[in-house]
This record gives sequence, C-alpha cells and structure tokens, in this order.
Amino acid sequence: MKKSISPRGFSAYRLWTQLPRLEISFLPDLLMFAAAMALFYGVLEVGRAWFGPFTPEVEISHSLWALPAYAGYSLLRIAIAYILSLAFTLVYGYIAAYNPKAERFMIPLLDVLQSIPVLSFLPGVMLAMVALFPGRQLGVEAGAILLIFTGQVWNMAFSFYASLKSIPKDMREAATIYRFSWWQRFVEMELPFAAIGLVWNSMMSVAGGWFFLMACEMFVLGSRDFRLPGLGSYLQTAASAGDTRSILWGIATMVAVIVLLDQLVWRPVIAWAEKFKVEQVESTDTPRSWVLNLFRHSPGLQRIRNRTVQPLREKLILFFARERKTDEVTQASPWKLWLTRALAVALLAGMGYAIVRVAMLLSGLHKADLQEAGLGLLATFFRVNLALLLGALWTIPVGVAIGFNPRMARIAQPLAQIAASVPATALFPVVLLLLIRVGGGLGLGSIALLLLGTQWYILFNVIAGAIAIPTDLKECCSVFRLEGIERWKKLILPGIFPYLVTGLVTASGGAWNASIVAEYFHFKGHIYTTTGLGATISQATDNGNFDLLLAATILMAATVVTVNRLVWRRLYALAETRYRLES
Amino acid sequence: MSEAIIEAVAVEKSYPQPDGTRIQVVGTTNLAVETGKIVALLGPSGCGKSTLLRILTGLSQPSSGTLLWHGKPLDGQAPNVAIVFQSFALFPWLTVIQNVEAPLEAKGVPEVERRKRALRALDTVGLDGFETAYPKELSGGMKQRVGFARALVVEPEVLFMDEPFSALDVLTAENLRNELLELWLSKKMPTSAIFIVTHNIEEAVMLADRVMVLGRNPARVRSDFNVRLKHPRDRKSARFVELVDYIYKVMTEPDTEHTLPDAETTAEIILPTGGLAKDTFKKQEAPIRTARYQMLPHARVGGIAGLLELLRDRGGREDLFRLSEELVMDVEDLLPILEAGVLLGFALLKEGDVQITPKGIEFADADIQRRKVLFREAALEHITILKQIDSILKRKADHSINDEFFHDILDEHFAEDEVQRQFETALNWGRYAEIFDYDREKNLLIQTEPPPTPDAPVTTAAP
Repeated sequence: MKKSISPRGFSAYRLWTQLPRLEISFLPDLLMFAAAMALFYGVLEVGRAWFGPFTPEVEISHSLWALPAYAGYSLLRIAIAYILSLAFTLVYGYIAAYNPKAERFMIPLLDVLQSIPVLSFLPGVMLAMVALFPGRQLGVEAGAILLIFTGQVWNMAFSFYASLKSIPKDMREAATIYRFSWWQRFVEMELPFAAIGLVWNSMMSVAGGWFFLMACEMFVLGSRDFRLPGLGSYLQTAASAGDTRSILWGIATMVAVIVLLDQLVWRPVIAWAEKFKVEQVESTDTPRSWVLNLFRHSPGLQRIRNRTVQPLREKLILFFARERKTDEVTQASPWKLWLTRALAVALLAGMGYAIVRVAMLLSGLHKADLQEAGLGLLATFFRVNLALLLGALWTIPVGVAIGFNPRMARIAQPLAQIAASVPATALFPVVLLLLIRVGGGLGLGSIALLLLGTQWYILFNVIAGAIAIPTDLKECCSVFRLEGIERWKKLILPGIFPYLVTGLVTASGGAWNASIVAEYFHFKGHIYTTTGLGATISQATDNGNFDLLLAATILMAATVVTVNRLVWRRLYALAETRYRLES
Repeated sequence: MSEAIIEAVAVEKSYPQPDGTRIQVVGTTNLAVETGKIVALLGPSGCGKSTLLRILTGLSQPSSGTLLWHGKPLDGQAPNVAIVFQSFALFPWLTVIQNVEAPLEAKGVPEVERRKRALRALDTVGLDGFETAYPKELSGGMKQRVGFARALVVEPEVLFMDEPFSALDVLTAENLRNELLELWLSKKMPTSAIFIVTHNIEEAVMLADRVMVLGRNPARVRSDFNVRLKHPRDRKSARFVELVDYIYKVMTEPDTEHTLPDAETTAEIILPTGGLAKDTFKKQEAPIRTARYQMLPHARVGGIAGLLELLRDRGGREDLFRLSEELVMDVEDLLPILEAGVLLGFALLKEGDVQITPKGIEFADADIQRRKVLFREAALEHITILKQIDSILKRKADHSINDEFFHDILDEHFAEDEVQRQFETALNWGRYAEIFDYDREKNLLIQTEPPPTPDAPVTTAAP
C-alpha cells in the first residue's frame, strides 16, 4: 500500500494499474476477514437465543425483514445436522466395513432405517431432547436438528461403507507393507478414497434437509405446539394464513440461499474433490470454482494453513506413528473382549425388550386403526407408483431429447438443476392454492405433490443415460434405418435402462418419504388430508397417538424394504449385467 | 553360501471351502532369499506366485509351515521389506513426493529429514523435477519409478517386486529393467536382496542370480537353479538362449526330466526338473493326481486356430522361444494356447518345440463349419467337463441344466475365482463346438442341435 502514495501524488492511471494487483493479493484476505466477523456475530446471536428460556410457541413473524435471520437459523440447523451426520457416517461406516460380525447386522439395519420416514422419528426424538434440556430453548433446537439428521445420515453412511469396501487390494497392501498407523491409513487412504462419494451424497443429504425443513421446524405433538424461528416455519405460517406474498418471498429466499450454498460451498468442494478421483489419466473436462480459486490465492489463508493445519497434521501423523510402535508389543487384553461381549449381550437384551414392548403396543391397537393403516398403505402405494409412472412418462422423452442434443443439454441442464434444487415442500402451498382454485381435492393433489418432489431424479438420470449412449450405436441405427418405435426399443430404452433404474429407485424412496408431507397439510387454517399411510403417520403425530404412529411406521418401512428387495434390487442386477454398456 | 534373510520352510497355503474341504493354492514349498542375490520366481499366471510373495512378506499367513527371518520364526509382518506393485498402487491424491514420504511418515521420521530422504530416493530413480506432480500426470514408466522410489526410501532389507514391469509397454519395461539392474550392480540400492515375481522368462534370466520355476495347481517348485551368466547378459548369446529354452521346456513339459547341456557355465541346478526328488514326489502326489480334475487352460478358440494356422505355414514345427519372440507374446499368453492345442490333440510338445498333429493340420485347413465339427469331436474326446455336460444334456428330458451343477463339480477342485475362469473357458469352447448354448439370465445350459456332420461342405483335407 505504501507504494501507491508516490511523491508525484495521486493519479487515476496509477490507481488503475495498481488495482489488479490489489485485487489479487488483498481482496481475498479482506473477504475472509469480513466472513470471520460475520461468523462471530452469528455465533453470539445464536447463543443468546438457544440458551435463553424455553418458549415453545415462538411467534413466527410475517415480516420480510425477519427472513434473513430465519434463513440463517435454518441454515445453521442444517449445517449442525450435517456435521453430526458426517461424524456418525465415519464411525458407523468404519465399523461396518472392518468388523465382519458387526457388518452382518449393521448394513441391513441401515436399509431399514433409511426407509423410515423422518416424521416418525419426531415424537421420540423431540420428547427425549426436551427432557434432556428442560426449560431451555436448546432442547427443542436439538430435537429439530436431530430430526434433520435422521433425514440426512443414512445414504452418507452407506456411501462411506461402500467406498471403504471397494479400496483396491494393492492400495491396502501398500499401506500395510509400509506400516501406516491407523490414523495415516485413515487420512491418506480411506478418507480420500471415499471423498467423492461422500461429497455427492452430502449434497443429496443437504437437499433432503431443505425438503423436510418445514416439517422439522414447526409441528404439533399431541397437545403441545412446537415452533422454531426459521425459513421452514415462516413458510408454514404463511401457508396457514394463506399469505401468498409471504409464501413467494419465503420461496425466493430459500432459492437464493440454495443457489448461494451451491456457489459458495458445493462447487468449490466438488472442484476440490476432483483430485481424489482414482483415474490413471487426467481428464480434460474438470469442474472449476471461482471460490476455490479465491481460497487458493489468498495468501493470508495460506499463511494460516501453514501455521495451523500443517503442523497439526504433522504432529498427529508422528504421534500415531510412535503410538503404533509401542502398541505392537501389547496384546489385546482379555477385559476388552469381555467388555465387547457384555455390550453385545446388553444390546441384545435391549432389543428383545423393545420387541416385546412393541408387540404389546401393537396388540393394543384398535381394529379400526389397523384398517385405516392398511387402507392407507394401499392408497399410498398406488399414489407413489402412479407418481413414478407419470414422472417417467414425461421425463423419458424430454430427457432423451435433451441428452441427444448437446446444445440443448448445455442450456437445459443448469436450468433443471435450479428447478430441482427448490425443495418441493416449499412449493406445496402454491400448488395447493392452485388445486383449491381448480377444485380438486388432496387425493389427486398429493400425486402432483409427490411428482413435484421426485421427477427430477428421473429426469437427471435419463439425461445422463442418453448422453452415455455411444455415438457409434446411434449411427448404426441410422445406417440400418431403425426409426420410431424400433429405435426406442432397440437402442434408447436399453441404453438408458441402468440410469432409469437408478433414477426410479431414488424417486421411489423419495416419494414414500414425501407422502407424509404430501398427504396431510395445514393450509389457511384448515387441515387438508386424504387417505394414505403418510397421512396416517402425520395425523398420529399431531394427535399424539404413538401406538398408531409406530404401527404405521413399521408398515411403511416394511413395505419400502420389501419393494426394494423384490423389485428394485432385481432390476439393478439386470441393469448391471445385461444392460451394461461396456467399452 | 550366503546367509538367508528370509526362509520359507515347508509353507503351504490352502483355502477352506464351504463343504469343509480345503483347496490348496500353494503346495509344500521351500524358499530362501539370500543376501546379495536377485531371486526370480517364474510361473504361469494364476499359479500362486503372488500368493507366495505375500506369504514371504508376511502380508498373508501360510496355512502351515514356518517363515524364518534371519533364522528366527516370524509371525506377523516382516520387519523391513518393501513391495513394488504391478499396478503401482500409488495414492492418486498425493503428489509424487508425498507418496514417497508416506512410508517415512509411518515410521515417525520428522518432516525435514523425511523430505531429504524422499528427495534422495527420487533422485536415485531419476525423478527429480517431478516432486509436485500428481501420479495421474505421469506416464506408466514414471509412475513405476515413483513406486521404486517409495520402496527404496525405507531402505528395505529385501525389495519385493510383483510383476513390476508387466503393466508397461515393451520399450519402457526394458529401459526400467536395465536401470534397475545398473543400480543394483553398482550397489547404489539401499537393499541387500531382491525378490521378483514374473511370468517373463527372459526378464528372469536377464536379472536373476537364482531362478525358481513354479508349477500350477497347486503351486510348487518345478526347478530351481543358480544362474552363472556374467552381467551384462547378452540375450542373443548361445548360453542365454539355451537357458531360456530350458525354462520353456520345464514350463511346458513339467513331468519329463530336462537337462542343461552346459550346466557349469550357464546355471547350477539346485533342484532338478520334475520338482522334488522324483520318487518322493511321485509317492506323495500320486493319489491326489488321479483324483484331480482336468484343468482347462484359459485359451480362446480363435487363439488356438491362429496358432495352428501359423504352425501349418511354418512346416509344422517351431521352437517355442522363437515363436514367442516372433509373436511378441509372453509365455503367460502363449502357454495357455499351447496347452489347449495339446489337450485337444491338435499339437504336441517335444523338447521345447511345438509340433502340429495330423488332426491339427486338418483343423487348420478346414472352413468355418468344418472346424466346428472337428473341434466338437476333439472336445468330446478329450475335455472332461464338456463330455460330462454333453452326456447329461442328452439324458435329461428337457435337454437343459442349471450351471450350478457344474459349479459344484468345479468347486471341489479349484479355488473360487479359478472356478469362474474354468467355467467361462468351458462355456467358450462348448458354445463354439455347438455342444450347448447358455442362457446367462437363467443360468441354464441348453443342448443345441449338433452341426450337420456328414453333409457339411468339406474342403479337401490337405495332408
């Protein structure tokens, strides 16, 4: 800076020449400093709110000025839930991958947990948390965060486990022969190998967090009404009041936050994760991010990194390397073995007790309730599959058209991505408004709502599949004059099949889960509902009918797991073998 | 005789099967890695030589037998060894220098010292200037140099190499091999012995002071000798060619005894061909032998046909070494084709030469349809599993059977992945011979109509 004050005085030209240099060296640092200040202020505000006394029914403001703060609160909840998910993922995936005995039940358990809708966790989680922090806002907050956590964690855990399982044998042997400590193995081999899968699943998980935000921030539990300040509750309050202007502003804020998140977090992370790709040759088309470049070019950040992260990394590596040397002499002590055994027995006993209790609860259910749940199951099953079918019907032709036309793909893909990033739940009020005006009930409306939430998975996968069909096969079809239906039957449908299955599986899981918010809705002071298992679950939560909630949840989880095993897994196998395009 | 660093005494490796039996992949084997020597372990693919390497390094525990490290029993991992992998096994997210530093980090070497040693290792293999590159920016040869640097940086007492040059192209491999040898001979390598696993005969003769030839199913030593040739070895010299020829004979005709004409100057035989001393070996192996199931070499019909055509054009007989040189094919790739030809009665192996039989000539001369007929006849005469499949399909009312049945048969005799390979080869041959067709979705073998034998347009069989 000193140099710019030259004896010859100020000159616009000189300033101009200084500007680029200023930009490169100091702008990133200034930005980082501002960000740190903002973060500090945020922590202070949140601390004041959370550790304050318990106010179960916070008045949710309609004011537009409340929106930034609300968005901040929601973002914070999602972020904390995400960090918890990541921690859980690392521990759970690690144990499942390395302990064959534990693996046998941990992986099926993951499958079941994944199929339990978020809302079913609500009463248990919420009551436990409120009891844990009595008289403080923290309890309700922790409950909401845990709820978001249950919607995010499972696919991440599964991805991490699958990555660990697929580390090449040679790489593992190299780590063994060069005697890596477990820490070195973890940070230099396992974590990097799993990074890409974790990043993509993190994105999906956080998107799921936005989807269920409304359900997690504001709900009725029996006689108690819980509300937390946040974007989700803002939207829900606006919807209940029928305040269209607030709804639209709320949605706009949410989209803005999501787009910002994409630019400031996910893009840089994806660009950074590029180096973890296990490939022999460098690919030409690599994702880039301006934020990442900013980070990399910030000398201040570099300095901080060199002073903190580097030495810490070094200390840890050396610490664990020495630790291992002494560790080699000591044998596994017998008390450890006994401890694990005792733990296993306790776990089994606990499970047995829970099963007995559940059976007792279920036997006490009314016949009418069971009938309702059974009927609801049929209705929801029908609705979910109809939504899938409708989704496939429009996305397949559109997706193939986009995929076959590179110019269109370049324009359409980012647009579709933004459209997909808007959580469908936020759009529900708007759709409902339209439906009510048209005069249709929630019976059909919920199908539209399900479609809104799940069609994107199918569309993206179809586009990817259409792009992946090799050009020579397309040309071959042209040469043999395969057109119209024949072309679809011989080339396009088999070509996109594996992608289509992936899309449908994700969409199916999403649709079941979304049914709990699509079939039961507070709007303009009314409750709109239709027959369905999702509605049963939501209603049971609202009324505090925990027995019915449990029964309906078990029913839904069982159905989803069964459908996965019977239908999707087989289609997957078929896609893996017969419809694989090998190079 | 120099001191043994690692000694394997009567090690065996077998895998338990679900039905309680065990499948042996490495038969009783004695091995030693001695100071100042390059030991080469030669053998066809899938013979268990990599398993043996992993036993010696302690990565894998032998099912029986002991491993001695400087004469003391070792359980667990050998204390100071390194491996150079065929696939390089570098960490793609670490730079070249980080990759080389990683083993030192594991040893707890502080940063400054680590960097110094890593740079020295990189300098040794000629990689200075590439420190901050990522492996994916490097060519295959360069990647393997990183692999060498990473191995040398720990100054291993024994450097293990698992087919280190197999993933490289011929020229790069040759170059790297020579550099390695030069480093070793000029004692610039901080290692006291090298153990290399390879399927390339010339490579073994080029580098090694001692060569062990391994046989297959289960792996056991067929022949073991010290190479007496002086460095640098000339691959065109008569003695070199003689030795390579000898190894070819050992690998292709393992059960006959072969001798080296000029044993004193070329190589000193430690263990004669035919494996262990003949009588003891026969006694041990005989009962198992008769029970053993025929093992199919993994050759495609097209490859067999190509070899027969070539032999016919060459007047019917050719030296194996020359054949492999001319086709630029490793023994790894050539051997299964040869074995298949012999198994089907289309060719014979004699004294390191391969000779075509009259049937083979007939096959080479025939057209596509006729070839199928001839192949079918040969297959149904000589190939056990195809015979079995054929007779079962004929007897069954619906002329089809689930492949599970044959997997079960193969399971009794082979290790898991070998079962799959055996089955795939049988499928390939059986489908070509039109003995059966296979429905992969239902896992069903289905009998096909036999090709029209008598009416087929037969080209005049040339003598």
